[in-house]
Amino acid sequence: MVKEGKDVIFRIKRFDGEKSYWSDFVVPAQKGMTVLEGLFYIKATYDGSLSFRASCRMGICGSCAVKINDRPRLACETQILQLNSSKIKIEPLDNFKVLKDLVTEFEGFFAKHEAVKPYLIRKDESYAEPVELIQKPEELQVYYDFSFCIKCGACFSVCPAAATREDYLGPAAMAAAYRFNADSRDEGRYFRLATICSDGGVWRCHFAAECSEVCPKNIEPAKAIQKLRFQSAVYMINRAFKRW
Amino acid sequence: MERIQHDITIIGTGIAGMRAAIAAAEKSKDLSIALISKTYPIRCHSVCAEGGINVALRADDSFEAHAWDTVKGSDFLADQDAVEFFVREIPKEILRLDNWGCPWSRSIDGKIAQRILGGHAVNRTVFAADRTGFHIVHTLYERSLRYPNIQKYNEFFVTSLIVENGEIKGLTAINLKNGELTLFKTKVVILATGGAGRIYAFTSCSHIVTGDGMALAYRAGVPLTDMEFIQFHPTGLVPAGGILISEACRGEGGYLLNKNGEKFMKRYAPDLMELAPRDIVSRAIMREILEGRGFEGEFGDYVLLDLTHLGENKIKERLPLIREASIKFAGIDPVSEPIPVRPTVHYTMGGVYARFGGLTQTPVKGLFAAGEVACISIHGANRLGGNALAECLVFGKVAGERAAEYAGRRSMPLNLKAAYLEEEKRLSLFGEGDESAYKIKKELNAAMERHFGVFREEKNMREGIKKIKELKDRYSKVSIEDKSKAFNTDLTFAIEVGYMLDLAEVVAIGALKRKESRGAHYRLDYPKRDDSNWLKHTLAYYTKGGPRFDYLPVTITKWEPVERKY
Repeated sequence: MVKEGKDVIFRIKRFDGEKSYWSDFVVPAQKGMTVLEGLFYIKATYDGSLSFRASCRMGICGSCAVKINDRPRLACETQILQLNSSKIKIEPLDNFKVLKDLVTEFEGFFAKHEAVKPYLIRKDESYAEPVELIQKPEELQVYYDFSFCIKCGACFSVCPAAATREDYLGPAAMAAAYRFNADSRDEGRYFRLATICSDGGVWRCHFAAECSEVCPKNIEPAKAIQKLRFQSAVYMINRAFKRW
Repeated sequence: MERIQHDITIIGTGIAGMRAAIAAAEKSKDLSIALISKTYPIRCHSVCAEGGINVALRADDSFEAHAWDTVKGSDFLADQDAVEFFVREIPKEILRLDNWGCPWSRSIDGKIAQRILGGHAVNRTVFAADRTGFHIVHTLYERSLRYPNIQKYNEFFVTSLIVENGEIKGLTAINLKNGELTLFKTKVVILATGGAGRIYAFTSCSHIVTGDGMALAYRAGVPLTDMEFIQFHPTGLVPAGGILISEACRGEGGYLLNKNGEKFMKRYAPDLMELAPRDIVSRAIMREILEGRGFEGEFGDYVLLDLTHLGENKIKERLPLIREASIKFAGIDPVSEPIPVRPTVHYTMGGVYARFGGLTQTPVKGLFAAGEVACISIHGANRLGGNALAECLVFGKVAGERAAEYAGRRSMPLNLKAAYLEEEKRLSLFGEGDESAYKIKKELNAAMERHFGVFREEKNMREGIKKIKELKDRYSKVSIEDKSKAFNTDLTFAIEVGYMLDLAEVVAIGALKRKESRGAHYRLDYPKRDDSNWLKHTLAYYTKGGPRFDYLPVTITKWEPVERKY
């Protein structure tokens, strides 16, 4: 059977360590073909030196977020023909340093995630003989939607606060902090809030809410930040009165 | 020359690798542990696991029952002593993850919920929606941040293991950021690099699943075990190259239908129907297609997986990822339309021989293996759904603890400069030919699909082996177009293709040699299981001219092989 399709030009922003330039490639796009498959096609057919990240190709590993026609998206989840354009512009994510072509530096992004203590903190930390913790489905629902952030960096790349302040923790780290603060099994909220209230923390957010707009997993980091601000206000009042 | 030194070096940051790192770190604060990944830890393939993880957790189940289902599922090729150990260790792992923050799905009373997957007698599978692997990975990654003695080396691509006098000394890896070949000196290496699914074209496996650790160990002299047993998961999404549509779909009540609208599983597994083990369901689907009862489509033949009767609420709560993937990649909402599926390459039952003496120990001193890269063997000829995540946790922990004990008794290897220089020279000479690695990979994938699929037969396999030999020959003249340093994925891709060719050859010749049908290895010319001649593990040793084969007996403790009916 013949698949429907058409030729589409991929206009890719390149970087070779010294200079930036654009490369155009023709991709014979067929129904169902994703931008990531288009990138692999280019690499195999025209230019083996094109670098990009990819792994699961099913939208769950977070490797392949790039800017496609000016909007950050997962290349693996974006079908070429559904973009309805004969020319597709592909660039690395903004707010990340470019290492080569579409590959950007993520160490800082992960360091910010780590800084909010994104793990369950419990008073009893002896897990040799662990016991089952009880969590009602409705308690799970409070934080679950924030727990499937894939750390693709799309939110960070559009965040105006991250663009202007290098120390700003950014939307993904905030969502992670809220995810644990809202977990009924957690006993470490105050340890996290110390970081959240710091200079690079929750008060730097401009509420542009573009993070929620571009999130490929509909996590709504902006909502998490709003909830964290409330927790932070309570925390700061308590701290002022030394009640914590 | 960049030089790094750690007591323990773990390659691979999926569930097995991270669990091993945590286990070693808990054993001693004084051990320094390197965690090497060719991606970032949370980009590993374990995140793709969907359906869940098996554990005998409640009064309606028992270790004995879990072990029996696993052994029967394995078509009696599993080593029963390893299975018996395995099932007992899982409950603590599940509860520990609960304490570390894993968002397990819950029943109304707040306890960890369980559902059923194929080949199990009871609701044994713990899950976190249909993102179970994803949530376990993130929980372990987050937990790993708490151990200051775990150091991560993200985006380092391993090119060789350094073994001297039967003992591991270190490894070489390309630091992708700057392209420098880096020497890791170490007392212990744990392989946790996953399977080799990408030797096939239609697969649920991530692009990174290229069998690196298997090939590294094989080339370093460690035998590979039972590689001919490749699992085809029955339900790969047809318009998207075989993306996984979880077995949980059938566990929650989904049906398989042929083009006549018939629930065809009644012909193949009248009792368990859709919940028969994967080898049986995959063969049933292929049989329907071959006999003209499948659908023909622009993306190939398929049958339907129907979830529409489950209702929108259940699909949204229990199978959200499946719904999202079906909509995004196939334009089909399973709430209102059935999903087009066919068997997709999913799991490598075989792997690095890892029970030389102790569990997870390879014949090379100080070299351990855990997870899909290893063959212990608990899956035998066919793995049951939900046993892989459990394997990664249980044996990741075992490997981490044993590695810690071993490292405590050893001293750091001395000068490895010669080995480093040799590897540097090998890589500098690599890629000067004119053959495209991309073309070779594509042809390899096509050959594996055509000659080593769900149904196998001698003549067809011989043609496949010939093709693989031709590709290996062409690969010796491979070309690397990109001469730059940073993120040279042209180079790493070509190295991966080399790994895959070695492994494909072992799969292929192992399959030709095994003249019986057992589990996932089904031969049209030998359709019966043959316990008198083939109740044994395959061992493949690397030689320059191709693999040399040997065989090992299966360990049987309680369960003599019987006919496998479902």
